[in-house]
Amino acid sequence: MTAFIFTRFAQSVLVLFIMSLLVFGGVNLVGDPVEMLINPEADQAEVERVIRELGLDRPVTEQYWYFLVNAFKGDLGDSFIFGEPALKLIIQRMPATLELALFSLIISLIVAIPLGIYAGYKPDSKASKVIMAGSILGFSMPTFWVGIIFIMIFAVQLGWLPSTGRGEIGTFLGINSSLFTLNGLSHVFLPALNLALFKISSVIRLTRAGTREIILQDYITFARSKGISEKRVVLIHVLKNILIPIVTVVGLEFGSLIAFSTVTETVFAWPGMGKLIIDSIYNLDRPVIVAYLMIIVTFFVFLNLIVDILYTFLDPRVRIKGDH
Amino acid sequence: MKLINRLFIILISCLLSSVALAKDLTVGLKSEPSSIDPHYHNLGPNNAFATHIYGTLVGSDENQQHYPDLATSWKPIDDTTWEFKLRKGVKFHDGSDFTADDVLFTAQRAQNVPKSPSGFGTYLKGKEFIKIDSHTIHIKTKKPYPLMPNDIMTVKIISKKNGEGATTADYNSGKAAIGTGPYKFVEWVPGDKIVLKANENYHGAGTGMPKYKNVLFKPIKSGPARIAALLAKDVDFIDNVPPLNVAKMKKNPTIKLNSGPSNRVIYLHMDQFREDSPHIKAIGGGKIKNPLMDVRVRKALSLAINRDAMVSKVMEGIAVKAGQLLPAGFHGVSDKMKPDAYDPTAAKKLLAEAGYGDGFEMTIHGPNDRYINDAKIAEALAQMFSRIGIKAKVETMPKAVYFKRASRGGPNKSPEFSFMVLGWGAGSGEASSPLRALLHTYDKSIGMGRANRGRHSDPAVDKLIQKALGTVDSDARGKLLAEATEISVGKNYGVIPVHYQMNTWAAKSGCSYTPRTDERTIATYLNCK
Repeated sequence: MTAFIFTRFAQSVLVLFIMSLLVFGGVNLVGDPVEMLINPEADQAEVERVIRELGLDRPVTEQYWYFLVNAFKGDLGDSFIFGEPALKLIIQRMPATLELALFSLIISLIVAIPLGIYAGYKPDSKASKVIMAGSILGFSMPTFWVGIIFIMIFAVQLGWLPSTGRGEIGTFLGINSSLFTLNGLSHVFLPALNLALFKISSVIRLTRAGTREIILQDYITFARSKGISEKRVVLIHVLKNILIPIVTVVGLEFGSLIAFSTVTETVFAWPGMGKLIIDSIYNLDRPVIVAYLMIIVTFFVFLNLIVDILYTFLDPRVRIKGDH
Repeated sequence: MKLINRLFIILISCLLSSVALAKDLTVGLKSEPSSIDPHYHNLGPNNAFATHIYGTLVGSDENQQHYPDLATSWKPIDDTTWEFKLRKGVKFHDGSDFTADDVLFTAQRAQNVPKSPSGFGTYLKGKEFIKIDSHTIHIKTKKPYPLMPNDIMTVKIISKKNGEGATTADYNSGKAAIGTGPYKFVEWVPGDKIVLKANENYHGAGTGMPKYKNVLFKPIKSGPARIAALLAKDVDFIDNVPPLNVAKMKKNPTIKLNSGPSNRVIYLHMDQFREDSPHIKAIGGGKIKNPLMDVRVRKALSLAINRDAMVSKVMEGIAVKAGQLLPAGFHGVSDKMKPDAYDPTAAKKLLAEAGYGDGFEMTIHGPNDRYINDAKIAEALAQMFSRIGIKAKVETMPKAVYFKRASRGGPNKSPEFSFMVLGWGAGSGEASSPLRALLHTYDKSIGMGRANRGRHSDPAVDKLIQKALGTVDSDARGKLLAEATEISVGKNYGVIPVHYQMNTWAAKSGCSYTPRTDERTIATYLNCK
């Protein structure tokens, strides 16, 4: 196990290095941040001062070398726009994104697993067909549009939920989160549902496929012939066995929930990392773009690792190489 | 007794709050400032926001006209010296007095902010600030400098006591964010909210005493989401209403819309410095001598633009036809110039005269996320040009890519494009701003023509602009600037003006915003019943 984790760790560092090269190179090919930052009325002398101030007068290779050296010290550079460390800006906004992703993950699991099992258990019933058709909708409707529709229905027409922003922040066990206040929950619900929609659809399909496969297995027939109640068959034998693919996908997709929350965060003006990265891309805030992508890559790498470890607990057949 | 006391206090506070500051205000902003430090980033959203907290010597009203803010009067006392008399009895938010020392400190600090991505050096360098007494200062320059009030108008005054040794981070945290403005800083959570509260000791210049007890700014970048937040009553007031939504929102009785022309002209820059322009070809793709070098071709292009259709169709009626660089009413505009009337027949004739009767192929470049409906403007232009035989292709791109290529994407850092859609907002509120940046010959050594991406050059125009910039007498300067515009735009077609952008704000019913030509969203300009 230790050896396995060590190998994976070494691989991760390599991935991060290659990624930094690609991202830094790519970002430096595009556009001119000074044109984005400077007041149009500034004269040429002021433009040159800013270019020097941001270190953009140096060759890209030199800039990259500075970036690498500083990155090893844990400094991913200062934002061009805010003048503060990019890492600090991202970490400041991370809790908002994490709570949004977590809440939407919970919504999607609560909704999708029962529906998926039902659709797999009774594939020919009318309700199952409705569920499956609904999941296609969930896949195909653009997040941006659904977000606006949610706002128009639940905030503008019905007035049940707030349309924008993050709510009050509460503290529980030393953690600050808007999930701990009623006002905060009312704010997070719509964006989380918006973000969860795609996930709900994919988990429904996954659960259904798993259920259909497992329900035909010999051990289910055997369990039934032993006279075990249908409820127990579904809740214990089926559920346990379909969890493996679900955990994989959910684990990986938690990363994508975080990485792709950008659209939802923009529509709901949610002050998270996603909104920060979108703004940074529009304004060519290179250090923030690079830092953000590095963090996201790290995230994915570690989520993969956690998923692999979880496997061993869920399925004793999976053996990790290092154990032999 | 205690109870009576308490009741009395409640009664008094109720009365006070309901009379003077009954309301709280929540504003949905398109763009959030990048700092609370007023000298860190010289850009629209920051300058607009800073107006709430900090005062300036010379104030700028909704039409960018000057009014006395922290200075009560200003005048040139000789060719190279301006005298500013400061307002007496003004207090900073922490209760300390405002004096000449604060102005001198500000002048030093504003041009030396570390890591500033766009500073105030442009307005302050070459100016020597001298304290005469506690409420009088002199500003000396080497040469006569008539635009002094316009420059001074941009610099927010900070407190010396709180500002000494303070960094940008100290302003962002609120520690040093002490000004003389109508609102006091409370809190900034980047990306989430900015909280202000009324400064009850405000000196009352400009729009008078603050009308709201608390003001909350919420950045909502997406247009539809901003509108939805207003409809859902989560915010009271939003800026930058997309033109597409204006017509429908006008019918909504719970919403009050206010539109006004801005100082931003949408104009076309044309390659006038390359015999062989990279994005212009003969019909069929062969080489051709750059037709845009010929003033007759440039005029023909202007005549080919149907500005009425541009305003009514492309801009949904939310724009004003342009014939020069600033709308009427600004200092230095010409009263003789009118927008060119649509005349494709005359345009074709001019093209034939210039020897391009068969037309040519050209690519129009433009941004797609910078100006209102910018990509649609480029497409409409291409269609209009095709009617006079010019086969125009359109290529639009995000501003992040566009401006670099438009300024220095070509060989030797020359402008890359042949024909560009661009916009210019006159921050100084008078005509020298666009003239010196767009139409003066590109000259690094004197800081002129920085945004002259077509490299238009006419020594007569240069001379007029420079003469105007050294003329202290306001009327005489205005005439020189108007003349420079008449030659460079009216005669030379150095650039082609298309329209002036209009901005739209929306508030809940009962409120009304006084539109500002500088496009800024400032809570003090919103009046609610």
